[in-house]
Amino acid sequence: MRFETPATINPIDQLKVVGKPADRIDGPLKTTGTARYAYEHHEGVSNPAYGYVIGSAIAKGRIAGMDFSAAKSAPGVRAIVTADNAGKLGKGDRNTAKLLGGPDIEHYHQAIALVVADTFEQARAAAELVRVDYVRTDGAFDLAAVKDIAKPRPVFGGPADTAVGDFADAFAAAPVQLDANYTTPDQAHAMMEPHASIAAWNGDKLTLWTSNQMIAWGVGEVAKTLDIPKENVRLISPFIGGGFGSKLFVRSDALLAALGARATGRPVKVALPRPFVFNNTTHRPATIQRIRIGAARDGKISAIGHEEWSGNLPGGRPEGAVAQTRLLYAGANRMTATRLAVLNLPEGNAMRAPGEASGMMALEIAVDEMAERLAMDPIEFRIINDTQVDPEKPERPFSQRRLTECLRTGAERFGWNKRNPQPGRVGDGRWLVGIGVAAAFRNNLLTKSAARVRLDNNGVVTVETDMTDIGTGSYTIIAQTAAEMMGVPMEKVVVRLGDSTFPVSSGSGGQWGGNNSTAGVYAACVKLREAVAQKLGFNSAEAEFADGEVRSGNRRVPLAQAAGDSGLGAEDGIEYGDIDKKYQQSTFGAHFVEVGVDTATAEIRVRRMLAVCAAGRILNPKTARSQVIGAMTMGVGAALMEELVVDERAGFFVNHDLAGYEVPVHADIPHQDMIFLDETDPMSSPMKAKGVAELGICGVAAAVANAVYNATGVRVRDYPITLDKLLEEMPDVG
Amino acid sequence: MKSPSDFELSRRKLLAGSAASIALTAAPSIVNAQVPAVEAAVADVSAVWKVSLTVNGAARGLTLDPRTTLLDALREHLHLTGTKKGCDHGQCGACTVIVGGRRINSCMTLAVMHEGERITTIEGLGTPENMHPMQAAFVKHDGYQCGYCTPGQICSAVAVLDEIKAGIPSHVTTDLKAPPQLSNPELRERMSGNICRCGAYSNIAEAISEVAGRPA
Repeated sequence: MRFETPATINPIDQLKVVGKPADRIDGPLKTTGTARYAYEHHEGVSNPAYGYVIGSAIAKGRIAGMDFSAAKSAPGVRAIVTADNAGKLGKGDRNTAKLLGGPDIEHYHQAIALVVADTFEQARAAAELVRVDYVRTDGAFDLAAVKDIAKPRPVFGGPADTAVGDFADAFAAAPVQLDANYTTPDQAHAMMEPHASIAAWNGDKLTLWTSNQMIAWGVGEVAKTLDIPKENVRLISPFIGGGFGSKLFVRSDALLAALGARATGRPVKVALPRPFVFNNTTHRPATIQRIRIGAARDGKISAIGHEEWSGNLPGGRPEGAVAQTRLLYAGANRMTATRLAVLNLPEGNAMRAPGEASGMMALEIAVDEMAERLAMDPIEFRIINDTQVDPEKPERPFSQRRLTECLRTGAERFGWNKRNPQPGRVGDGRWLVGIGVAAAFRNNLLTKSAARVRLDNNGVVTVETDMTDIGTGSYTIIAQTAAEMMGVPMEKVVVRLGDSTFPVSSGSGGQWGGNNSTAGVYAACVKLREAVAQKLGFNSAEAEFADGEVRSGNRRVPLAQAAGDSGLGAEDGIEYGDIDKKYQQSTFGAHFVEVGVDTATAEIRVRRMLAVCAAGRILNPKTARSQVIGAMTMGVGAALMEELVVDERAGFFVNHDLAGYEVPVHADIPHQDMIFLDETDPMSSPMKAKGVAELGICGVAAAVANAVYNATGVRVRDYPITLDKLLEEMPDVG
Repeated sequence: MKSPSDFELSRRKLLAGSAASIALTAAPSIVNAQVPAVEAAVADVSAVWKVSLTVNGAARGLTLDPRTTLLDALREHLHLTGTKKGCDHGQCGACTVIVGGRRINSCMTLAVMHEGERITTIEGLGTPENMHPMQAAFVKHDGYQCGYCTPGQICSAVAVLDEIKAGIPSHVTTDLKAPPQLSNPELRERMSGNICRCGAYSNIAEAISEVAGRPA
C-alpha cells in the first residue's frame, strides 16, 4: 500500500480497540518469567557449549602474540576462535569497528577471542589463562583536545552545516545576546539484558537467537560479515531486554557465537559480561556545544546559532546535536554546524533520540538563560518564538505542531504560576526548591513496514511481522490494530514478532516503530478484508467487519465461516511517497520538573515531574505513557548522574559496570505525571500516529537543570549536574 | 583430554577448604571425576559437587561444577530462565530470588552453598494462567516495559511486603521503635536494589502499593 496523500476516514477511526489503554498481551509472560529472551531458548538447542569473550586490554595498537597453551588444555575447552583462525570476515555496513579485532586493535575491549567450553564456568576460567602481548600506539581520547581539528561531517542524511540569512550580522546587532558553551558526557544505554546470542548451524544454514531491534538489518549484517548468502541466516528475537539503540546493530556476541558454533559443531551461547558491555559495544558520544541566541527586547529571536563537536572512531558518525535547532524556534538568521574529530574510544552510535537528546540538553538551558536575560518568563519566550513552518524552509509547514498548547497545559497542571523567577528564594526546611521547564521535540520518521495476516476457521487472526518489541508495546498495539481492522476482540488476535522468516518491518528505533509497524499491519489487514469480501461475493468497499462478523447489506457471515477450513491470508506493507518532504513531521512536548537541593550538601532530589506530549494518535495510552515516563527517568539520569568517565591516558571508559555507571533507581524517581494532547496526524500514516518513546527524553535533562538553577541560582552547563559543581556557588542560607 | 595440572590440584585443595567452612550449615559432598554420561555439560570437570535444593516446592538434585552460581544453576541447569542475569555482579537485582523467605541476588552466591534450602523463583509465584497478585498488579499498572528486570522486581516486591510485616527497618525508617509502614519513601528505598532501565519505577510503586493496600 502506497501512502502518498493525507489519510481520510478508515476503520482505525472507529477506535473500538485502538486508542484504548489495554494491558500488554505479553504481560502475563513477562511477569511470570515465561517470556524467552535470547540466551534462554533451550527448546530448540541441545547440548550447547558456552563461549566467553576476551577483549583487548589496549585502546589502540596491535596484538604481538597470543599464548593459548594453558587455555587449550584447561578442562572442557573445545575451541578458541580468533581473527587468525576464523576465516575471512567482512564488516557490516552499520558497524564502525570490527566485531572481532586482531591483529590491529581499534578500541579497548574490542573482542579478540572467544573461548568455547562445555560449561560457562570452564569457558570463563580458561579465558583467564590466555596471555596476550600487545604493542600499544598513541591514540586520541580527549574530545576537548581534538576539537579544533574536527572536520565538518553530515549526519542522518542532512548537511553538516546550514545557514539562513546573515547570522553573524544579526547576532552582532541583537540588543540581547547569549553566547554559551555546554558539554554532555559519553553515556551508556545500560539496558538490563546484556547483548546475548545462541548460534546453531545446520549444514550451511545459521540460526541465531539474539537480542536485536532490527531483524532484517541483522540478517544482512551477519551474512555480510560471514560472507554467506542472506538466505542462510535466520534471526529470532521474540523478546528483547531493552535496547535504546544498543541493539540496532549486530554485535560481537552474535558473530562470535556463530563462529564458535562453526568451530565446535555445537550450538554455542554467548552473553557479553556486564563489565564488558560498556567498552565493547556502542555508547552515546560526548559533545561540546556552542549556542548563540540574539533577540530584540520584545523577545523575538533574530539570530540563532548552534555548533556541535563530537568524536568517533574513523568512519563513525557525529552525534547530531544541532538537528532540533534547525526546526524548533523561529528566527530569520540562523546557522548550525556539525564537527567530528577522530577519537580512539569505543564506537559512538545511536542511543535513544540520537542527536536531539544531547542537543536539547544544551539548547533548552540556553533558552532558559536567554529568557532570564530578557526578563521574560521562559514559557512566554518559547511561545513568542514558536513557528508553524520549518524555519529554514518556510514553504514547508509542520503537519501538526502544538508546542504552545503543551507548554500552556503543563503550566496550568504543574502550578507554574507559583514559580519564583528569582532563583534561590524558595525554601522548604533544609531544601532549596526550584521548578524548571523545557520544550520537548523529536522528529517523526516514516519508513516502510510489512506484515502478513491469516484468518483461520476459529475466527483467530494471526499477525506475523519481523517487528520487535523492546518494551515499547509492539505486541499489544499490533494486536489492537488487527482487532480493529478485522472486527474481532484482542483475544482473537495472535501476534508473532521478531523472526526473519516473517515480512520485513520497520523494526524498532528512532521512535519509528509504533506508527510504521502498525501501518504495515493495517495494509495487510486491508488486503485480508478484500480477500474475505471477495470470497463471500461482497463489495469490499461496503463490507463491515464487526463483532467477529463480516456484514454487507442484510447479509452477515461469521469470520470463522468466511475463512473456511483452509483459512485466508494476506501480506502487504506500507510504503511512503514524499509526504514527509512536503510537510515536516515532528512530535512536541513540554517537561516540567521540581527539584529540592540540600542547602548544606547540594544533594539534588527530583520532587515532581510532568510531561505533556502531542504526538499524533496515541494507539495505547497505557503503553505510550510508560514509554514517556521511562524516557523521563532516563532524562533524570542524564541530568544528574550518567557519565562514562574517560581514562584519557589509557583510552577507555573507567566506570564500566552498573555500580560505577549510575542510572536512576527507585529512590531517585517520584510519582510521574503525563498528559497526551488529543491529536491525530493524517500526514503520518493511516494510523495517524507518531512516535513518543524518544520525545519523552528530549528536554528532560534541561528541565532538571533549569529547576536546579531556579532552586539555587547556580547555572551548570556541564552535565551531569553533580553536587560538586554546585557546592562552591551555593547561596548562603539563613 | 586432560591430566590435572598444578593449577587444577591447587584449585581442588582450595575447594576442599571451602567445603570445610560451609560444613557448619550444610554438608555438600565432593564427587570425583566419574560422572554419568547425561552430565555431559560437566563431564570434564575434575571436581563436581552434588547439591539438593527445594525449588518452588519441588526437590531438585543437581551435580554441579562448584563454581556454578545459584543463578546459573537455575537458568542453565534447571532451565528456570525467569530469573535473569543482568550484571552477574550483584549490581542490578534482575536475579533476585527468595531463599528461606529472604530475597537475595542469586548471582552472588554459589548453588552448593544452599544445600537443602527452599528457593522461590518467579515461576514459583504464579503462572500466566494463575498469576500471583503482585504479578497481576504489575500487568494492570504496566510496571515494566522490556520485562527483563521484572521477575526480580516482583520477587523483591513480594519480599519487601514481608520485611515490612516482620518489622525490619530500612535506611529511611525514621522511628526505629515503631513498626515500619510501607510509605512511598520506604517502598522506593527498599526497591532500589532492583534497577529498571526502561524506567517503570512510578508504575511499579503503584503496583506494589495496590497489593499492599495503600495509596502510592
